[in-house]
Amino acid sequence: MFYTGIIQKLHRESCGLCCTELKNFGVTINNTEILYDINLHIHCGELTALVGPNGAGKTTLLRAMLGEIGHTGELSFLDAEGCRRNPVVGYVPQRLDFDPGLPVSVLDLFSVCLSSWPVFLGHSRRIRERALASLACVQAEHLLNRRLGDLSGGELQRVLLAVALEPNPDLLLLDEPLSGIDVQGKELFYELVSNLRKQYDLSIILVSHDWSLVSFYADRIVLLDRTVRCCGTPQEVFSNESIIKAYGPAISKEMGHGPWKPQIIHSGGVRA
Amino acid sequence: MMEIWYTFVDHFLPFAWAQHTFMKNALLAVILVSPVFAAMGTMVVNNKMAFFSDTIGHSALTGIAIGVLLGFQDPLLIMVMFSVLLAIAISVLKALASTSTDTIIGAVSATMVALGIVILTRGGGFNKFSRFLIGDLLSITPKEVLLLAFTLVGVVLLWVGVFNKFLLVSVNPSLALSRGIPVRFVDTLFCITVAVIVTVSIQWVGILIINSLLILPAAAARNISRNMRQYHVITLLITLTSGTAGLLMSYYWSTATGATIVLFAALFYLGALIAKPRFA
Repeated sequence: MFYTGIIQKLHRESCGLCCTELKNFGVTINNTEILYDINLHIHCGELTALVGPNGAGKTTLLRAMLGEIGHTGELSFLDAEGCRRNPVVGYVPQRLDFDPGLPVSVLDLFSVCLSSWPVFLGHSRRIRERALASLACVQAEHLLNRRLGDLSGGELQRVLLAVALEPNPDLLLLDEPLSGIDVQGKELFYELVSNLRKQYDLSIILVSHDWSLVSFYADRIVLLDRTVRCCGTPQEVFSNESIIKAYGPAISKEMGHGPWKPQIIHSGGVRA
Repeated sequence: MMEIWYTFVDHFLPFAWAQHTFMKNALLAVILVSPVFAAMGTMVVNNKMAFFSDTIGHSALTGIAIGVLLGFQDPLLIMVMFSVLLAIAISVLKALASTSTDTIIGAVSATMVALGIVILTRGGGFNKFSRFLIGDLLSITPKEVLLLAFTLVGVVLLWVGVFNKFLLVSVNPSLALSRGIPVRFVDTLFCITVAVIVTVSIQWVGILIINSLLILPAAAARNISRNMRQYHVITLLITLTSGTAGLLMSYYWSTATGATIVLFAALFYLGALIAKPRFA
């Protein structure tokens, strides 16, 4: 098993034609094989949605890609010339586990991520402006001086997205960023992420349980259940009868309704 | 060096208590150690490591015991080495074990204290070690004050260098990892720093209360601050104020200095707790 320390913070512009490649990727923890034989090619400018039932290993895959847990197989980042290098990775966790009493303001969080000047000595104006600009991208400028613990779930996720976008990442990993957020919040978030992909030309991997929104916004859907079960455009995935049968019974009803529209399905039947 | 300080005190603090050399030394020690404790305390509270630092404090007993066994007159060096080893051990255990770190640390703490007591009570001579339990700030020598000054410089350098990394890891390790921070290394480095500071200060503050001194000011400041800057400034102010007040009052009441300081810090904590709703 390798321990990858590949991810490093580098300040540079996003490239044009890069991709992330997983070859024979697998994760085994305590003799339990959680993921095996994963082969994926993720391109720049694409929103890849990672769907699958609970316990399918979606979060594990992201954590392995971050280097938090060891993995087998190969994970490589290739840029336009085809040479490997260290990409900038943005990460928005499922739920930011932190102490709500922590006196860290949103500005502090940006400062900590962007500079090595100790935060308790104050913030430079440059950092403040950068944080504001980044927050503006997610419509959250007004949150700059709020304490992290005082933010609502949706606000916190938007702030985390803004942090993940600074400096411009090559790869953005979003781990169910919307669990517990209302419908409007979700659509706003998806709209944002979808625009980012076009503006910054970065590749996005999004873990989600929300089939309907995913089918509307994602360029590609990867169905994961310990390995890649199915991979393709939303149309391809949803026209695969056996996949629909096994993983998404509720979605099949929606299929007849024509063009991919975000709809909320109130159903407990979706296994994903 | 000390002469400058003595003249300074004589000049600016013309009080009865400030006539004694031991009070001058102790006052300087309080001023030097306050920023160190404030810095460590805020981060210990951020990392929810109060129990960890407590264990390090208690395990100093075993460090002393080992020093005595090996025949050292001044066990400080052995104590520091032992606590650093222990800190590394705990942080490795934390990374390996999937069970709650609380349980692991609790187990280590109890074992270490028991081991220390067993070795030290062998032959029935425990009394001479009780100064480590309560601590004696007033007995601090100029040489030891110099040691504290070096500790302060060390912590300041470390803080300027890696404070942001410490903070991000304490907010969320995964997020820190995605920003290229070597989380495990940073975590271990912090554990070692806590171990060294706690152990170095233990003979003046005392094993029983050293943790309160570390935790209370930060815990108080946390209630009434909204960002990192306020948090640190308030913690430092509380540590300095309760340190000075405790030193003075222990002189007048002839009580143990460390414990008196902690009582003042506890007062601040209570006040901050009451004031909390206004700052929420």
